Formats: sequence, C-alpha cells, structure tokens
Amino acid sequence: MAGLSREVAVWFVTSVPTRLGRRRVSFPPPVVFALVLVPFAIEAVGVFWPAIQGVMLSFLNWNGIAPSKEVGLGNYVSLASDPIFITALKNTAIWIVLFGGLSFVGGLGVALLFQSGRRGVGIYRTALFLPIVFSLVVTALIWDTFFQPTGILNGLLNAVGLHSWTHVWLADPSTALYAIIVAALWREIGYVMVLFIAGLKALDPAIAEAARMDGCSRWQRFRYITFPQLRSVNLVILSVLVIDSLRSFDIVWAMTAGGPFNSTQLLSTYMYSTAFQGRQLGYASAIAVVIFVLAIGVIITYLVRALSEDKES
Amino acid sequence: MTATSISQAAGVARPRRLKRKSRRRALVTVGFHVGSSAISLLWFAPILLVLITSFRSFNDIALNGISSLPHSFTFATFTQAWRLGGFAQALTNSMIVTIPTVFLSLLLAAAAAFALSRYRLPFRRTILLIMLAGNLLPVQTILIPVARITQDLGIFDTLGALIAVQTAFGLGFYTFVLYGFMRSIPTELQDAASIDGASPVRIFLQVILPLTRPALGALGALAFTWIFNDLLWSITLIQTSSKLPTTAAVLSLQGEYVSSWSVVAAGTVIAAIPSAIVFFIFQKSFVGGLALGSVK
Repeated sequence: MAGLSREVAVWFVTSVPTRLGRRRVSFPPPVVFALVLVPFAIEAVGVFWPAIQGVMLSFLNWNGIAPSKEVGLGNYVSLASDPIFITALKNTAIWIVLFGGLSFVGGLGVALLFQSGRRGVGIYRTALFLPIVFSLVVTALIWDTFFQPTGILNGLLNAVGLHSWTHVWLADPSTALYAIIVAALWREIGYVMVLFIAGLKALDPAIAEAARMDGCSRWQRFRYITFPQLRSVNLVILSVLVIDSLRSFDIVWAMTAGGPFNSTQLLSTYMYSTAFQGRQLGYASAIAVVIFVLAIGVIITYLVRALSEDKES
Repeated sequence: MTATSISQAAGVARPRRLKRKSRRRALVTVGFHVGSSAISLLWFAPILLVLITSFRSFNDIALNGISSLPHSFTFATFTQAWRLGGFAQALTNSMIVTIPTVFLSLLLAAAAAFALSRYRLPFRRTILLIMLAGNLLPVQTILIPVARITQDLGIFDTLGALIAVQTAFGLGFYTFVLYGFMRSIPTELQDAASIDGASPVRIFLQVILPLTRPALGALGALAFTWIFNDLLWSITLIQTSSKLPTTAAVLSLQGEYVSSWSVVAAGTVIAAIPSAIVFFIFQKSFVGGLALGSVK
C-alpha cells in the first residue's frame, strides 16, 4: 500500500505539468491500456485470486466434499504441535542452508574457474549446465540408479574396500535427505554458474587489473575487489536460491515422496500429501501459507532490487 | 657490486626468467585442463551411467547388479519403455500443452511489456512489479484453489486447464524480462511510425516485436523446457493416466516397474530427449536467457 501511494504521488507530480503542456503526447491511446490489462487480468484470475482464496481456505476445516467448517486459527494451532510439520520445517531449513549454500559456493567457484576465455572452456561450461535441461524427475531417476543398494556408489565403495560405508542411501532415514540434496545440487550448480558468469562479465576488468599491477594476490583480488563488486548479483542469486528451495518438490517427490518415516519431508511435499492424499484441504492451505510467509521476505528483497535497477537504467 | 656486473647478470637472467615464466604458464594451463576435465566428467558421469543402463538387458542387471560393467546390449528396453510408459500419448500430451502455452504466454507478455515500456502509463512500474511478484509466489500457495476453480469451471482433468494455469503463472516473469529488453530499443523508430499514422497495435506487431526476436527466442527455449519439465501442475490437475504429460508419465512408469532398471532408464532417456533437442538448437540464447532478468 505504501508503495502504491508513493507511486500515485510520483505520477501526480510528474504528469501534471505535461498534461498542461502536451496533452495528446502524454496520454496513451486506449488500446495501449488493453494491451497491458488483458495479461494483467489473466494473471489476476489465475494467480492472485487463487492466492487470496488459499489464505481464506487455511481458516477452514474442509475435506473437499462435506460442507466446510470455520475453525479460525485452529489449523495453525494444530501445526505447532504436529511432529511431521516440525520435521518438515527442520528439513526445509536444512535444505535452504545446504542446497542453497552449496549451490552458491559451488556455482561461484566454477564460474570463477570457467569465466576465462581459455580454449575449451565452452565444453566444460556445457557439461556443467547440461543438467539444467533435464526435468527434476529425470534428475531424480538418474540419481536413483546411482544410490541404489546395488548401485554405483555402493559398488565404488566396495571396490575401494570401504564396505562399512555402504548404505541403502534412499531408504535410510539418516542419509536419504542428503542423498537427495546431492542430486539437486548436481542440477542447480550449473544454473548458478551461468548467473555468476553473467555477473562477472558485467564487472569492469580495469579495477582488478590495477590491483594486480599493485601486487595484489589472486585471493586478495577476489576477496577485496571482485566479491564486493558482486554484491547485488549475490543478493539476486541468494533470493533465487531461497525461493527455489521453498519451491523444491519434484525431486523429493520422485525420489522418496517424503519417506522413509518422513525423514525427507519438506514443507512442500507435506503440503501436497496432506492436500491430495489426506484430503485435509484447510490444513494443507495453512502449510501453504507458512511457505508463503517464509518466501515473502525474499520476494520483497528481489522486487526492491528489480525496482532500483529499473530506476538506474 | 659494480654497475656492469649488475647489467651483465640481468642480461643473462632475463631470458632465463622469461623461459621459466612461460614454462610455469604452460604448467598452469595443463593443470587447469586436467582439473576442469575431471569436474566435467564427474558432472557428465550420471548421464552416461543412465545411458549405459538403458541399453542393458533385464537379466544382465538382475544377475550382475547396476554397478557392474555391462554384459549385454539391447534396444528392446526402449521399445518396452515406449509401450509400457505410453510415451506416444504422453509426448503428444506434452506438446499439446507446451507449444500453445509458450506461444500464448510470450505473446501476452510481449503485449504487456510493450505497453508498459513504450508508453507513459500511470502505475506502470507498480503493475510490472505486481506481475513479477505473482511469478515469484511459491506454486504451493495456489495449488488447492486452482484445482478447485478448474473443477468449478468443468476443465479439471483436461489439458486445457494446464495451458490456462501455466500461461497465467508464467506471464509475470516473461513480461519483466521483455520489458527490460524493449526499453533498450531506441524511440526514433517508434516515433517515425507513429508520425506516419501507425496505430499502437501496428507499431507493436511490425516495429517492436521483430526487434525483440532475440529475447523472445531465449525466453521461448527456456519456457519450453520449464513447461515440458513440469510435474506438480500435471499431477495436481490431471487424473486420467492417458492424459498425463511426459514428466508425470515417466514417474508412474518408475512406480510400476521399480525392479526393471533398464526399462526405467530407457524411459528416462526418452523423457529427456525433447528438452535436450531444444537446448542444443538454442544453446546460445538458452544460456543467455537464463541470466536475463536476474543479472544484467
């Protein structure tokens, strides 16, 4: 709302003088309004209206068939003492830290390695971002083969004599979540690399070159020159990673569907199974609202950055 | 030490130092390529593994395990997977959903981006950000209401529902990216056209849209893979198994034939082919497109 009123003020101030001066130029023809209003209306009906309904559903007790019952904050109160929800919340936190954190570090690492114009770099880059093309389900099935009891990972461990390290990776509650994170990282790191390479390309090479002439080491140049310059790129990438983490569903659903014993349950998978297998639509909507609340801070950060960039250019 | 001896020493040392430096550089280059090749191979290994598995016979894997070296080579797994997974139908379904969605959402987004970037509309920045915010929303927040709305409209369990919801959901991001691109097109062309009496719709279709082609190409390739690869919307809105798109179909193939590793692997390869083709055709713009809108 605050943003809206500021917008009104800006528009008022900037448009009054022009309206007096060159009215015909400043006011666009009606068809232009239609060009923006039709897509906007489609998004409003397909996204915003359902989002509002989702919040309203979270105050109901409803199985989709019988008449719904108003329960106020009842669903949220139940969530607080639901052990599976707590597990899902914890796993989502682990997911954000490990998946998000390692994608960031790994993506930055390979971007620094492959940003140079050396011969052959193109092939290496392609190998790293090839997985982005595949769906998360395909990724899940690829890694399923790898983690099976008779799969490659156990085969390799046996081959080097580490028999005691072998696991039933995806069926063991202590390893399943981490196995899935490895698979998800394989697909995400190439994507983050592409974002970082684009960010690095936009930097002014003269500054790092000057530092090199002054005798700065490679690490010093990265730590004090390159990395600080990437600040706004970092912010965008971190936002993308947190939003991606909160959205993550396909890969977990395809590999373990939240099992064994809810050890890989994320908020997203728990929400889905509560809604479409448990038919507790109100309760599932409350979980969806929690996901939304977790995402909103990041979404706002992203939008603020989009806005400031827009003003600069 | 005298001045002459210094200059003599320097004269001898310089070529030697140069030689040492170039040798060091060669070593660094070799090290770089060895390390990079190792990383690339590591990244490619899982894909290779599935490809190899997909050509092995059921008995070979049952006897020797997945991790053994292959003892067989067969194409039978592919025909089997094709039949059991219903891929002819699933791939058709995917195309029926993906192609109209890409076309429709890019056209609508381009229209919105054109109006927002080329005219001084009131609230244009707010509209743009609200549209982008809609795309950043976690899908989970609108899953249940959308399922319900499609039921009320009688389009639940149809491919049309997938087209509608994917178009609505993608619009915000495409508009944002195209807006950024269209802003950089110089105004002179548009001014000339409007002095000649061209309507905004004609300016859009004949002046701006052709100039936006590179961005549309990149976004189109990306959108194709995103929509083709989607799982959550199809398993939420589609109930009849013959209407499932490819991604959901390969997952149910795996659910039914868990023990037939090679058949599942063959299904995985089949499901991966369409987006891989799009990727290799549009590789350059695809990679450029990934960075569009997030980092400039």
